[in-house]
Amino acid sequence: MAEPGLLVALPLAACLAAVFLGRRGALLVWVTGPLMLVLTWQLARAIPVVEPLGGWAPPLGIALRADGFAAAFLVMTALVAAVVGAYAATYFAADPRPRRAAAFWPLFYAVWTAVNLILLGRDLFNLYVGLELLTLAGVAMVALDGRAATLAAALRYLLFALFGSVTFLIGAALLYGRYATLDMELLAVALAPDTATVAAAALISVGLLAKAAIFPFHAWLPPAHAGAPAPASALLSALVVKASVLILFRLWFDVLPPLAGALLNALMGGLGAMAVLYGSVQAIRQDRLKPIVAYSTVAQLGYLLLAFPLAGAALGAQPWSAGAWTGAVFHALSHGLAKAAMFLAAGTIMLAAGTDRLDRLGGVAKAVPVASFAFVIAAVSLMGLPPSGGFLAKYLLLTYAFAAQQAGWAAVMVVGGLLAAVYLARPVNALMRAAPAEGARFARVPAVLQLAPLLLALAAMLLGILSFEPYRLIQVNNPAAAHEGLQ
Amino acid sequence: MTATLVYGLAGSVLVGVGLYGFAVRRHLLRQILAFNIIGSGLFLLFGALARRTPDGTSDPVPQAMIITGIVVAFAATALAEALAERYQELTGRTALEEDSKPAPPDEQESELRG
Amino acid sequence: MNAWLPVLTLLTSLVPALVIFRIPEDRRTPRAVVNLAGAGAKLALVALMLAGVARGEVYETRLVLMPELYLLLRVDALCLLFLTLSAFLWLLTTVYAMGYFGHAPNQSRFFGFFSLCVAATTGVALSGTLITFFIFYEFLTLSTWPLVTHKGDEKSISAGRTYLAYTLGGSALLLVGMVWLEGLTGPIEFAVRDQLLEVEPATLTAIFALLVAGLGVKAALVPLHGWLPAAMVAPAPVSALLHAVAVVKAGAFGIIRVVYDVYGFDLVQALGVGLPLMAVASVTILYGSMRALFQIDLKKRLAYSTVSQVSYIVLGAALAGPAATVGGLVHLVHQGVMKITMFFCAGALAERMGITRVDQLDGAGRAMPLTMGAFSVAALGMIGVPPLAGFVSKWQLGLGALQAGETWVIFVLAGSSVLNAAYFLPLVYRAWFLPPAAEAEPGREAVAMLVWPAVVTAAAVLLMGLFAGFALSPLSWAELIVARVYGG
Repeated sequence: MAEPGLLVALPLAACLAAVFLGRRGALLVWVTGPLMLVLTWQLARAIPVVEPLGGWAPPLGIALRADGFAAAFLVMTALVAAVVGAYAATYFAADPRPRRAAAFWPLFYAVWTAVNLILLGRDLFNLYVGLELLTLAGVAMVALDGRAATLAAALRYLLFALFGSVTFLIGAALLYGRYATLDMELLAVALAPDTATVAAAALISVGLLAKAAIFPFHAWLPPAHAGAPAPASALLSALVVKASVLILFRLWFDVLPPLAGALLNALMGGLGAMAVLYGSVQAIRQDRLKPIVAYSTVAQLGYLLLAFPLAGAALGAQPWSAGAWTGAVFHALSHGLAKAAMFLAAGTIMLAAGTDRLDRLGGVAKAVPVASFAFVIAAVSLMGLPPSGGFLAKYLLLTYAFAAQQAGWAAVMVVGGLLAAVYLARPVNALMRAAPAEGARFARVPAVLQLAPLLLALAAMLLGILSFEPYRLIQVNNPAAAHEGLQ
Repeated sequence: MTATLVYGLAGSVLVGVGLYGFAVRRHLLRQILAFNIIGSGLFLLFGALARRTPDGTSDPVPQAMIITGIVVAFAATALAEALAERYQELTGRTALEEDSKPAPPDEQESELRG
Repeated sequence: MNAWLPVLTLLTSLVPALVIFRIPEDRRTPRAVVNLAGAGAKLALVALMLAGVARGEVYETRLVLMPELYLLLRVDALCLLFLTLSAFLWLLTTVYAMGYFGHAPNQSRFFGFFSLCVAATTGVALSGTLITFFIFYEFLTLSTWPLVTHKGDEKSISAGRTYLAYTLGGSALLLVGMVWLEGLTGPIEFAVRDQLLEVEPATLTAIFALLVAGLGVKAALVPLHGWLPAAMVAPAPVSALLHAVAVVKAGAFGIIRVVYDVYGFDLVQALGVGLPLMAVASVTILYGSMRALFQIDLKKRLAYSTVSQVSYIVLGAALAGPAATVGGLVHLVHQGVMKITMFFCAGALAERMGITRVDQLDGAGRAMPLTMGAFSVAALGMIGVPPLAGFVSKWQLGLGALQAGETWVIFVLAGSSVLNAAYFLPLVYRAWFLPPAAEAEPGREAVAMLVWPAVVTAAAVLLMGLFAGFALSPLSWAELIVARVYGG
């Protein structure tokens, strides 16, 4: 049984159930987590799969399609969501604010539904609906704390996201007016590089960049992701922003290659490079744990865009013809796992220490050793050090950059990796400091809150070692532009 | 000048007005309203697109999109209103501050839990 | 079975590491048992493979990451040279560390990371492809860092920061070199000929510089050596590990791999990159010795001595003739054994009599005859006094320099030996021939676990020199490597 529709329907049903269950909604995750893992796993073994919803074929109906790209992210999403769910069930169990705990669960499932829908959908309007669901649930998650600062962060996020929605929708309208369909496969066949199409592509891309917090639309992300409760931050950073980037990939590599060219590549690569450098420098300037992790998301998303100029630039020089594209996909997968692990670990550390100020974290490694260890392992993956998934991703992107004789992009990645080492060494140093700060006392935390981040961090690590199966999976039905590039 | 063109132009004007308001206004309510104006404009555009079939019948797909879009816009507006209202209650402000630094965490959180 | 041996060798350190992390702090006996069992098992496996490789067998294990890209663990003669050294010294250092830390806190963390380090070093030795090497090399960087910062005070953390800054910087250079090369040629396997033929010579030269600079950070080539003296704040067993078992050795070993197994002797000659490398190594040898001369702090003096001595290995690789190669390879072992003896002794002196400075050594020989005896043997070996191990290395290197027609290298070696004598002999003299300072308490030997490892390694220094001609001595093994792999 590998029906893509079920992967959307099941979390949606859980979302509705959670509305009525309130705080008891926490129990649902023990069913949905394992079930979704099994279902996504089965789908990954059955791809490629196409399911026209209700039996109506496009353009009238909407089809869900699962290729390797989708399946890989579906499995990653299921893993992250299941572990974050287990973490959240414990995290909110002792919450003195019952409404916050009750409100989390419907939002959690809404995010899960939306991400799965985005991964499987191939209709631009369908994707728009998924994006909106994702945004609204994400914004509400940021606002869960209800403090003025987080409300401001949520509002800022919402305004950026609404701007993105609007431009996306204008672009979609233009495309519909031009081609009378929004189905990606049909669009790809009919596509002509005329003014209306170019304008639509630009509008949609800008919308997606805004929602993905890609530089220069990044301003909303750090306060939002740093201010949300830890499980929410993990979902937001690992899945929510990434979903928009994945649509961007889908769009350009599957549908719009005829429009692409040197200008697009330079633009995307430039934005990516700016994001890497700006996000890293900002992360170095923070003095609290969660903002560092949040700015690191800004930086890490930048790497994904480097696949635009690199893809196809070294055709034939490598044993892997889709090297840069595959590298970006690996980067997104391992970043999802590692970043979720890092936010969960940061949440546990905050619970234990009562603060996330770096200068107050001395001795915390003794109070929560496993969570601290998980933080370090996640940091290793984010820095792109071996043997993590992050390393393999960087290896692919870097060898490709040199093979394509585009050493400039390689320099960005190497500098970004060094900056990541700087901004992550600071919190790791703070954790390792043996002497506790004056007056510091540490609370005991349940074991689940330590083990959950470790599990995800180890998964990020294993992605770099047991990479053969993921690699094969990703290559199933990959787009031609992944090989030939966007030239 | 056909009816379709009128609808299309009107929709475009609305989108333009809305975008202007969204970009220029700082008051949260005005920004939310601007977003709704853009939305209305877009729905008009989609409606106009539905009429452009060669045989003059209307295309059902854009109409389905309009309905979905209205629901989405309504949900977004409701959420934004709720957030803005609560924000105004807590801070007395009706616009976001320019500076967007990450806020310090709730330092009492772990103590609340005992 | 043959395919499992390399993995098992890796696991003999990796599994103890993971187990030790979980052992509660106060359970000293189980921790010791796990540690020693791992070290013992590793030695047994190494002995098994030594016999096999001497017969001409090759053991390898592959893990495919992607089509054409795989991790390869392969046991060849060169690998075993390094592996045997690290397995032997791991056992001794573990015993020593148990004695050194006694009832100090955080031991599970220490021994856990310590075993991880050894696992990483084992991986470096076993690597059969460039990417495998890089992975374990980085793994080594990361697992050593908690050891450098082990004490957790501001000084250690700051030394750790210096260590990370240097080594991660080096890694970045190595990474760029690796991906640049592999971007042009596809994944590189060691000892496969003609992989680099299609690359421009100028590009190859640039990549060679990047690779050697990256590895040179760990091998402490001047001017990339700054982290080594800074890391001296770490406890004595860690210094032993950094200087003899793992870190600097990994760097030197990497340079050997690059010169012989990535580029190959012929290409190195054709590109003309041997001479600059020789020059860098020579400068390092002399500079390290000069700096050592002026260090009052005992451990700092030893640190600068390491800077100097490790470059003998690099020099041997750069000279690239048969005799020089033998000299470089054999020094990899000899330097490790000699230097670890000195660090064992320095730790014992500091623990027992609070001696950290050179001028405090007066009369130490009378108080701690075994310790200072071992120290003296190692010091004389470093200077190159026959028939000790260091003499064999220097002899071979000199011979190699003559073979390669680089007569000036003889002067470097001679000059360095004079300097070695100048900074080590005063220590020996003070310990044995000067009376103890009046206010000093009469000391006596430290506990057996601190003394005997040093005595064992000192005996090895003597034996490796005396019996250099016997089969399975480091010298014979180095000759075997050269004869087998590099075709003499």
